[in-house]
This record gives sequence, structure tokens and C-alpha cells, in this order.
Amino acid sequence: MTRVLELTGITKRFGALAANEDVSLHLDRGEIVALLGENGAGKTTLMSILFGHYTADSGLVKVEGRELPPGRSRAAIQAGVGMVHQHFALAPNLTVLDNVMTGTERLWSPRSARAAGRAKLVALSERFGLRVDPDALVADLSVGECQRVEILKALYNDARILILDEPTAVLTAQEAEGLFATLRQMTAEGLSLIFISHKLHEVMSASDRVVVLRRGRVVAERRTAETSRAELAELMVGRKVERPARPPATPGKVLLEGVDLSLAGHGGASLHGVSFRLRAGETLGVIGVSGNGQTTLAGLVSGLYPPDAGELLVDGQAVRVFDVPHAIAAGIGRIPEDRNAEGTIGDMSTWENTVLERIWSPRFSRRGMVRRGAARRATEEIIRDYDVRGASVDGRIRLLSGGNMQKLILGRVLDAGPDILVAAQPSRGLDEGAIAGVHERLLEARGRGAGVLLISEDLDEVIGLSDRICAIVGGRLSPAIPADRADARMLGLMMAGDWSAAEQMERADAV
Amino acid sequence: MSVLFDILGAVGMWEAMLRIGTPLILGTLGVLLCERVGVLNLGIEGIMTFGAMVGWLTVFSGADLWTGMLVAGLGGAAFGLLHALLTVPLGLSQHVTGLGITLFASSFSYYVFRLAIPTSSQPPTVEPFRPADIPVLSDIPFLGQVLFSQTGPTYLALVLVVVLAWVLYRTPLGLALRMAGENPHALDAQGIDPIRLRIGAIMAGSALMGMGGAFLTLAAFNSFFPTMVQGRGWICVALVVFASWKPARALLGALLFAFFDAFQLRLQTAVEGVPYQLFLMLPYLLSIVALIVMARRARVPQALMQPYRRGER
Amino acid sequence: MRFERRDHPSALLTVLAPVGAVLAALLVAGVLIAIAGANPLRAYGLILKGAFGSRLGLSEMLTRATPLILTGLAAAVAFRARLWNIGGEGQFYLGALGVTAFAMVPAVAALPGPVAVVLCLMAGAVAGMVLLLVPLALRLRFGVDEVVTTLLLNFVAVLFVSLMIEGAMKDPLAFGWPQSVPVPDAAVLPKLMARTRLHIGLLIALAMAVLVWWLQARTVFGIRARAAGLNPRAAAFAGVPLGRTLVMVACLSGGLAGLAGAIEVMGVKGYVTTDLSPNYGYSGIVIAMLANLNPLGVIAAAVFSAVMFVGADSMSRALSIPSYIADVTVALSLLTMLVAIFLAQYRIRR
Repeated sequence: MTRVLELTGITKRFGALAANEDVSLHLDRGEIVALLGENGAGKTTLMSILFGHYTADSGLVKVEGRELPPGRSRAAIQAGVGMVHQHFALAPNLTVLDNVMTGTERLWSPRSARAAGRAKLVALSERFGLRVDPDALVADLSVGECQRVEILKALYNDARILILDEPTAVLTAQEAEGLFATLRQMTAEGLSLIFISHKLHEVMSASDRVVVLRRGRVVAERRTAETSRAELAELMVGRKVERPARPPATPGKVLLEGVDLSLAGHGGASLHGVSFRLRAGETLGVIGVSGNGQTTLAGLVSGLYPPDAGELLVDGQAVRVFDVPHAIAAGIGRIPEDRNAEGTIGDMSTWENTVLERIWSPRFSRRGMVRRGAARRATEEIIRDYDVRGASVDGRIRLLSGGNMQKLILGRVLDAGPDILVAAQPSRGLDEGAIAGVHERLLEARGRGAGVLLISEDLDEVIGLSDRICAIVGGRLSPAIPADRADARMLGLMMAGDWSAAEQMERADAV
Repeated sequence: MSVLFDILGAVGMWEAMLRIGTPLILGTLGVLLCERVGVLNLGIEGIMTFGAMVGWLTVFSGADLWTGMLVAGLGGAAFGLLHALLTVPLGLSQHVTGLGITLFASSFSYYVFRLAIPTSSQPPTVEPFRPADIPVLSDIPFLGQVLFSQTGPTYLALVLVVVLAWVLYRTPLGLALRMAGENPHALDAQGIDPIRLRIGAIMAGSALMGMGGAFLTLAAFNSFFPTMVQGRGWICVALVVFASWKPARALLGALLFAFFDAFQLRLQTAVEGVPYQLFLMLPYLLSIVALIVMARRARVPQALMQPYRRGER
Repeated sequence: MRFERRDHPSALLTVLAPVGAVLAALLVAGVLIAIAGANPLRAYGLILKGAFGSRLGLSEMLTRATPLILTGLAAAVAFRARLWNIGGEGQFYLGALGVTAFAMVPAVAALPGPVAVVLCLMAGAVAGMVLLLVPLALRLRFGVDEVVTTLLLNFVAVLFVSLMIEGAMKDPLAFGWPQSVPVPDAAVLPKLMARTRLHIGLLIALAMAVLVWWLQARTVFGIRARAAGLNPRAAAFAGVPLGRTLVMVACLSGGLAGLAGAIEVMGVKGYVTTDLSPNYGYSGIVIAMLANLNPLGVIAAAVFSAVMFVGADSMSRALSIPSYIADVTVALSLLTMLVAIFLAQYRIRR
């Protein structure tokens, strides 16, 4: 086998943090290597160095035996390395062809060779089965099509080595399968691939070899055929972390009920006739691929906007005023899906972030004046009770790690003792230890009788925490099935919009 | 009614439209180029002032008119470079930096002007651009006089509209420029440095602004006096929104605007009893109306006002 | 070379930033003075002497600082909430016009002094508010960027003033000069220093700075306005009513700029002309930035600008350096301040 790519002794530090420490790995022609690791293990940094976005402090990158000059994307591209970014590097206002052709011609040539470019793109998309209209605006494409454009961009640059960063993060199970089939076909044509992932099942099913990264170091390398999920899990996390188990539920009265809720737009997909019931002491899991209306549903229940049609009942009473203070006063606790963009204001202090959503309450303000003493005391208590490390009352919250920021958010929400908890993507981007902590808190709230509406894209999380599970697809909510009868295949069908089995189950339960 | 026909039927009205429109065309193209790569340039008002001053001063001290235009362009590019360095690599607030550039460039212009030309009751003048008839074409009745009997810089402005449109939509450079304003991360991922591209585009755009200012002192008038730019720069910023960031529509917007300006000037003298200030307000109010009409329809460059730093999203 | 955000911006650097910025601006301006053939140190000495060297100079400087404090506060309040109010100049003029129009009501002249003064001040503030609420409404309703609209409205406002003082509010006794009728004695602000132009408007401006500081640091409105500016999406998630908060910010900001115009008429000029403001509105933006948007810092920044403007007038007479050097220095200090704040927040890595 020919060695197409070799990284030797890569080290990269950001301040005191070593993102990569003496990392070496190689890739052979026609091979698929999975780079496995938790969030923050240094996978993306490593690939950014390879691709010239960062300069390594030390170490070598060799492509087909020749050394790459550090810090130059252009050189990597010319050497035949292509990168498919997790957050697509696409311009929505431009066409597919524009996006693909950017930077591929001599910058100062007086005329762009559009016709030749189009022909090449069409040929590539036929050869690899990546169908896409060259003249479509990227804004009008689906997520799956956007990914095809990203891959085509790399292929258009004559990439022989393709790096895919978390390629399935935004795909349905079916789309992911399709993607891996395409990747296989590419290796048959002589391409070599590295894909970055933290999902064990896809690493097991789609790779030839696995390199495990932990805290910036390579901790293991295995032939996929010679390892197991369990071994990889332990290698990735470094120790056995058990997610807390879910004790049996004792559901009480209905706390929250959605009746035929519809809502158009609002920063995400629409909702169409969504109905659900959430009881005291249970967790209702809503699973789905991102962009199917989760954000809208969470925002609606969180009091950000009213529905266009339908009713939301809290404790049997229809909600009339949809705003945040009313939602909180009605006993709804809200964990936002994006900690940084929605949950916190980075340049404000910890105490301000803690009390802002309840600043209207007599506890934290009087006649328009902030009760700073009370606010700071409450914050101190939350920092202590919820073990928020690295936080000071007056320090800016931007400095907290993701896990500690989430602890603070959980603290400020649970401190108010909510009856209903809306948890949107509560463990997104956290490492295993932090995830276990978040799950423990959610189970605790359920244990004391709160109803938890868990909205998540993570199958394991939903199966592990929920008592009943429904899928959200295109703004519609499937019937809920009991968790003990849910498995990956069943949920996959539901997420793809095939609800016949779920409906049968629901009918059977009703009898 | 007959007043209207008299005004609209006169060659002078349409010829004035192109003359009044020239600095607006140049300024609008300049703003357009900056904003296409994702940077708001509120320095325009000051850059036009500086162009007007330095272009005039160059000609006054003996150089020919085109040298004056060239120096104004280079001066504009210099202030553009300052704006670019502060807003692109440093990523400072584009609003505040632009205003700072405007305040600095205009006060600097007044300072230099006063140093060069100590106070006098009669501001000194230069011999401005004369209309250059294009042979044959200018003999076409009416249209010939309107279109082909203009000054050199007006022809230049019209040519630049075509050039900019060609560059933006037909060349690899233009695609890269547009990408810099839509998604600099994508541009970087394709191996082109968005920072350098943005700096270059801002300098080029600012050069156009400087030349737009010089047109005021070298063609429209023949002397320099403080505050002569009179908000034309801000109007250009509004016109770019109206034009949806497209060169051809920028030309249309500038001419439409100049049409109303030329029209109100003539209406002022023709209609009695209406205070002249109401006519003078029209351009500014029209700009606001244009902004309202286009606000939700225009396709804004997605990275406008977003500083780009590697590794930050 | 890359810039990396400091986790803990040093307090020392943050305090030193404005000082360094002003020094850098003075250095560059010094070069310009030297090019003009004068000794920069001597020029700066004369500027200081002009502003502090005599009772008259000092009073003139403080008189000049008064409107600058208010327009500086107007900009600082708005920028904190990311409301780009560049219309301070227009709001200043409308405030001046508003107070004059209000004082033309015959009943005002008959009111007891303090009542008349307070009502007049309020009239000016309201006029300024109205002019900012228009572009804010356009932003909230149509999504029109307020930067350009507030800028354009500055020109409209001055033309409107011109229209009024040549028309309905023209002073018939002014020998045809375009100026408004004067405000009645009841609406004139008492002097603070005998035989100077300094009036109690200075105290009002200082009180406003403290009031704005208190609003921002101690009230629910203040914390919400800051949240809305820093991260509107997170603020909305936390229940901050974005529209209502911005309207309140606009009222405060426009009101302060309008108040500046009203006070200038009631304390210094007595009537309105179209050259009432030597760019007070635009200078306010510089002052707000120099103060790093801190309301109490605005006082110091306004004094710095006033020293430059007043001192440069006397310096320019002595050295025949154009007094525009003051405008150059103040504008430069805005740019150097931006860089200084940046350097206090970021470190440079290779």
C-alpha cells in the first residue's frame, strides 16, 4: 500500500492548553480512517493544521512523500487535500457553481471559464452520484445537498485525500448511510479518506482503521475489524463513565399539553398541528434531525412567541400571554439549545447572567432597581450547589467551559423549582463526564415530580432518559412510543417519517 | 403643468442630471465595492471631502486636471487603507471607525487647505474640466447633447460602472470578492486570504470615493470650501442599499437621485411661495424612502459588518 | 500574526487606554503642527494656557464642555444598547428649536422662573426624542439600518431649523439675519460665574451624567439595555422586551441631545441660528468612545475636547496655525482610542 499522508509529531498549544501533543498518524491509499474522540479532544485542531488553517508549534505534514509548508491552505489544496467542514463553508446567496469555482482559477484572469467549470462539476457529480443543480442558490438547498456541494468542492479541486469533519452531524440515519456508501465508492476510485467523529456506531460500520484521540494525544490505534464498541468507548473517554440509569417513572397529572399547535417561521422550521401531553414525573423525549422544528417547538413552550393556531395548556389552563416572565411564573424552566448564542451573554457577569431571566421578580428587583445583594447571594449559592468550577460572581461568563456554563444554566433554572422543564439539546458539545452530570440533574428533577420535555438529536440520550419518545419530522410530531419498546431501528423509521408502527403501538396501548 | 414640461423638455435639465450624478455614481460604486467584501465604509463623507480638497489643491498648484483626479484617488485609497487596517485585521467596529475616518479626513482636509490657502474673502479658483464633445455622437439632437457632451470624469464614471459589473460577475477576482462579503471562511478554505482581499477592495473603493469628491471641485465647481460635500457620501451609502449591491442598479439609483436634484433646483426657481428648504430636504428624504422600500427586499451580503478572524466563528 | 482575546483584560491597561490614545493623537497632531512650522510643545502650552490660564478661558472651556457632556452621554447611552444614533447633531438642533418654539407661547414668559426653565428643558428634550424615535420606528418596523437614517435626518433637521427661522419663528428685529425670536427672560438659565458665559447648564449636564450612570448600573432598565446590546438573541430568551427597551434607550439618548440644544439656547445664545452647533452632535460620538461609553468618563472626555477647541482658538491666533488642528486632534483621538481599547482586550501572538 502507498502511504498518501503522514503526520509526525504534531504539537499545538493555545496559551496553556495543549490542543495537540506529539500527534502522529498516517493514511494509506484507498483507506478510510476514523479519527475518534470526544469534544475538545483536539480532532478539529489537528485537521486544521493539516489543512493549513493553523500553524503547528512543531511537527511535520507529508502528502505523498512531500512536506507541506505550514499555514497555507492553498498548498494543501494543491497537494490534493480537500476538507469538508462541519459548518459548511458555503455562501447561501451564491449559486452552487459559484461556490464550487471560488478560488479555483487564476485570480487576475480577465474572464472566468464558467462553461468549462460547469462541465467539470456536472461530470464529477455524475461520476460520484452526488446530484445537485449547478445553478441553484445554496440558500435553497437542503442540508444533505449542501454537504454534497461541500464534497464536490473538494473533488473539483482534484482532491485525492478527503477530510470530513463530523460529516453526519446534520444528516438523518438514511442520509448518513447514503453518504458512507458514496465514500466507499470514492475509495474504490483511489481516494483516501479521514473522517472525524465521536459516534461509535458509524466509526464501527464505516472505517477501516480507527485512531483515538484524547486530550490532544493519540491514545490508541486499531483495525476496525479487530476492536469493539465497548473498547473504543473506554479508549475515547479514558475511564468507564456510566450515564445514570433511569429509575421507573411514576407519572402524575398532565402538566403541559399542546393541542394542534401550528406556527410559521420564527428562526427555524414551522410547526404543523403539533399535539403532545407531558405528565408530572415523566420525561417525554422528542427526537429528530436538526431543522425539523425543534427550535420552534422549544421557543414556543419557552414563551418566546405565541402559536399561530392551537393551544398550549399549563396545568389544564390555556396559556394566553406568551412571554418569558409569564412562562417562568407558570413554572416552566428553560434550558436553551445554544448555550453561547441564547443561554448566556458572554460579556456580562455571572450574576447578571444568573438573574437576568428573573430580574422582574420581587426577589431580584424593587421598583425598577436591581437588588444586587440578593442577586449576588443567589448566584453564589448556585455556583456552590451546582459545582460550577472557575466561576466568580463578578467574572464574565464567557470564560467558563461549556460544561460549567451548562451547570450554571441548570442551576439558575432548577433553583426556581420549575414544575415543567424544557431541555433543548442539554448535552450538546459536552464531554462524557459533563453529560453524565446533566443527565443526573434531569433525572433528579423528574424524580421530584417535574415533567421534563427533552428535545434532543442524540439517540442514546433520548433512549437513556425518556419514558416516552416521539419523533419530530418536518414540523409534525409522531405518536409517542414507550421507551422500553424503542430501539435505534424503530426510532430511525420514526425520524424518517414512517409512523405506522408507532401508531399501531399507540392504538394497542389505548385498548 | 406647462412649468413641468418646460423643465423636463430642456436639454440643460438632463445634462445637469448626469453632471450632478457623477460624484454620486463614483461614491456609490466605491461604497458598493467595500460592502461587497463585507465592510461598511462610513468614511466616505470625509474621504470625498479629502478628495475634493487634495484634487483641487493639486490642480491649483499647477498640475493638470487629470493629475488632480489621480491624486484624489490615491488620497482616497490612503484613507481607505487606514479604515481597512482598523476594521479588517483588527476587526474594530465598522460604524465607529468609519465615522472616525470621516471626522479625521474632513478636519485634516480643512487644516491642510487653510495652511495652503490663508483666509481670503474670495476663494481662489481653478479652470475646471470643460465638456468634451464626442465627435459625431454629440451632434445627435437632444440625446447627443445630454450624453456625449459631458466632462471627462463623467465618461469615466460611466465606464467604471461597466468595468465593475464585469469584474464582479465575470471574473475569478469578482467571485472571490463576492465570496469575501458572503462567507470569508469559505474563501479562506479555498486558499484565498480574505483579509488581503478585503483591504485591497476597500482601498480601491475609497479611491473611487476620493475621485467622486474631486469631481465637485474640478468639474461641478471650481473652488474648495468646507462642508461642500453636504452629505453626498451618506446618500451614496443609502443608494447602495437601494441598488441591492448591484452596479447597474447603483447607476440607475444615482441618476434617479440626480434627476430629482436637478428637477428640484429648477422647480425652486419656477415655483413661487414654497420655501426653498423644502426642496433642499427632498434628496435626504428620498434617500430615507429608498431605504424603506428596499430594506426587506435587498439581498444583503451575509458577512457585511462581520469581522473575520481565523478560527473564530 | 494573530490576535488573541485576553481572558482577563488588565485593569491597568483599561485605565491607561484613553491616556495612551490621547497622547498618540497629540503626537500625530504635533507632527502636523511642526509641518506648519511651529513648535508643537509651544502650541500645546498655548492651548492649555488658553483653556486654563485665565478666568475667562476657564469659563469658556466649561461653557463649551456643557453641551459636549450631554451629546456625549446621548451617544454613550445609545451605543451601549447597540443603537447607532449618529443623529445627535439633528437632535441638538431640534431641541434648540423646540425650546424656542415652546417659549414663544405667551403663557411661558409669565410663569415663575424655575417652572418655566424646567418646562422649557423638557420641551427641548422631547423634540430631540421625537427625531430619534422616527429612525428607531423605521428600524423596528421595516428593518432600516438607523446609521444612515439618523445621519440623513441631521441635514433635514438643520434645513427645518432654517425654514422656521426664516419663516414662522423669524426675529423681526434682527435686521433680516436668519435667526429666531429670542427666548423670554423667564427661560434664560442663571449664570454660574459673573461676567462670563458660564451658566448652570453645566450643573445640569453633570447631574445627567450621574443619573445616566445610576440608570445603567443600578436599574433593571440598565441591565436590560446592556443585555440587548451585547446579545439580542440571548436577551430575548431571558425575557428582555427588545423593542420596548430600545424605545426607552432612544428616548433617553434623543432626549439628552435635545437637552443639549435647549441648554445652549437658554444658557448661551438666547435664540436659534443654523450655526448654533460647531458639530456638537458629531463630537459627542467621539467623546462617548473616548470615555469607553462610561457616563462618568464622558465628563473627562468632554473637558478634553473643550480644552482642545477653546485652547486652539487662542493658540491659532498666536501661532497662525489653523484652529482646525483641534478638530484633527479630537478626531484622531477617536481612532487611537479604538486601537487602544483593542490592545487592552487582545494580545498579539505571532
